Amino acid sequence: MNAVIVAGLVKNYGPDRAVDGIDFEIASGEVFALLGPNGAGKTTTVEILEGHRSRDAGEVSVLGMDPGTAGPFYRQRIGIVLQSSGFEPNLTVSETVSMYRSYYETPMAVDQVLAVVGLRERKDSRVKTLSGGQQRRLDLALGLVGDPDLLFLDEPTTGFDPSARRQAWEVVSNLRSLGKTILLTTHYMDEAEYLADTVAVISGGAIVSRGSVSTLGGPEARRATVSFRATGRPPATEDWKHEGGVFSVVTDDTTRVLNQLTSWALSEDVQLIGLEVTRPSLEDIYLSLTGDAGV
Amino acid sequence: MSKHLAKVLRQIRFENRTFWRNPAAAFFTILFPLMMLLIFATVFGNEPTGVGVTTAQFYAPALAVFGAVSAAYTSLAIGTAIARDQGVLKRVRGTPLPPWAYMTARIGSSVWLAALSIVLMLAVGMVFYDLQIRTEQIPTLILTFIAGVAAFAALGLAITAVASADSVPAITNATLLPLAFISGVFFGPNSEMPTWLDRIADFFPLKHFVEPFVNAFIPGTSADIPWTDIAWLGGWLAVGIVIALLFFRWDPRTDSGPGIGRRNRNDRITV
Repeated sequence: MNAVIVAGLVKNYGPDRAVDGIDFEIASGEVFALLGPNGAGKTTTVEILEGHRSRDAGEVSVLGMDPGTAGPFYRQRIGIVLQSSGFEPNLTVSETVSMYRSYYETPMAVDQVLAVVGLRERKDSRVKTLSGGQQRRLDLALGLVGDPDLLFLDEPTTGFDPSARRQAWEVVSNLRSLGKTILLTTHYMDEAEYLADTVAVISGGAIVSRGSVSTLGGPEARRATVSFRATGRPPATEDWKHEGGVFSVVTDDTTRVLNQLTSWALSEDVQLIGLEVTRPSLEDIYLSLTGDAGV
Repeated sequence: MSKHLAKVLRQIRFENRTFWRNPAAAFFTILFPLMMLLIFATVFGNEPTGVGVTTAQFYAPALAVFGAVSAAYTSLAIGTAIARDQGVLKRVRGTPLPPWAYMTARIGSSVWLAALSIVLMLAVGMVFYDLQIRTEQIPTLILTFIAGVAAFAALGLAITAVASADSVPAITNATLLPLAFISGVFFGPNSEMPTWLDRIADFFPLKHFVEPFVNAFIPGTSADIPWTDIAWLGGWLAVGIVIALLFFRWDPRTDSGPGIGRRNRNDRITV
């Protein structure tokens, strides 16, 4: 059973095409990440699914409904955590949660929500006294309080320091164990890796790769590089690149390359200085997929 | 319907609580007009003036209207603009609360505060300054209040619709204060204004709220309903509604900087 089905989604802003024919499905209970640089079309896509924006073409079904025409009943069943949104600064944490709770027919208890996001100790504090990370957790509480089937998380940790991100990730992991379907957007590869079952990499308004994080980009994106420094020239069985005294080659078959290389070194008595086999980091794969250096 | 009404009433209570937690807003809406009454009554003395009424008999209703307009116009416009630009409206829009119910509650909350401001002013006037209320004028007072508050609430939301939270306070004050001076809120019954200034005041809504309201406290004036003034207020109500409906957006206006409680994507956040 799919919680979300998107097919051929298109959105234009004037002459600019922000979303250019996107397709994906999210299974019930799955944590799905839309990963991409700023301006790739993530937020536009999510806002169309939330019902905040209209679409120009394509089919969208969320929980069996069309967000473009669905009303309050749809909003009973989704929770939205926007990228940046405010609170009434002079209400307390529990007053704020109670207020949003009153909008739903089958909400969670205030204490339960505050426990899930880890804000129980601050329940009587004014919202304006919360730190940024705590405010983000209150954002999450307000998205959760209606006990939604599907939760939208738009860049949940953008701007966080590393320890705040870790804590936010723990909270999202807790949600997964509650069985919520989650659609999150992020421009952090490690966040997608940590949180998501399935990742779709989006760039220039289109999905350029999708799958689990470990398969993104396919096998060709994960080929190893063999590199070393040496005084002599290695055998031309491989197409060695020679830059700054370092020889390197990208290969699918590291075993054969290493075997030939070490045989040559032993027979010629050549030192292979700093011999390494490296694979591209997730970050490297992501950058090559999105063609974007400015993450 | 009763389900929706309950939602609106509950939201009005939340909006009210929010209002009272903001000392600046509470001060300007409720205490400032009372303070002005105290000052005027002290400076001018509460003796009968040229037209035979005491200072309080004139100023209490005039300042009561000023307080009501502060609540229905200034406070509603500023509060709604801040809520919009901080993303509160957008967040609410993602919930099952119908947008009209939320806006009704915001308006309802400021109407409630406007009524409170007026009642408080008149009560203080009666207790401390021997303010006389003419019972035969009560229908006029109520009708004028409804028309005036409705017009100013609509105009306040019209300002919100066309301006960012940064500029709404300046716009509301720059429109309300000069109008208050030329519409007879601060100048007593003895002062003479040039006719042309009077004509300008005639065009704008505040005079059509203040004048019938103050007249109802002057002994011997007619108790007829001031339909002409109410019609003017109705016209301004229509102008406000049209502008608000045409331009109001629930998304934050991007030309405004971050405010309290709003986070920029580049802000550094720690726990």
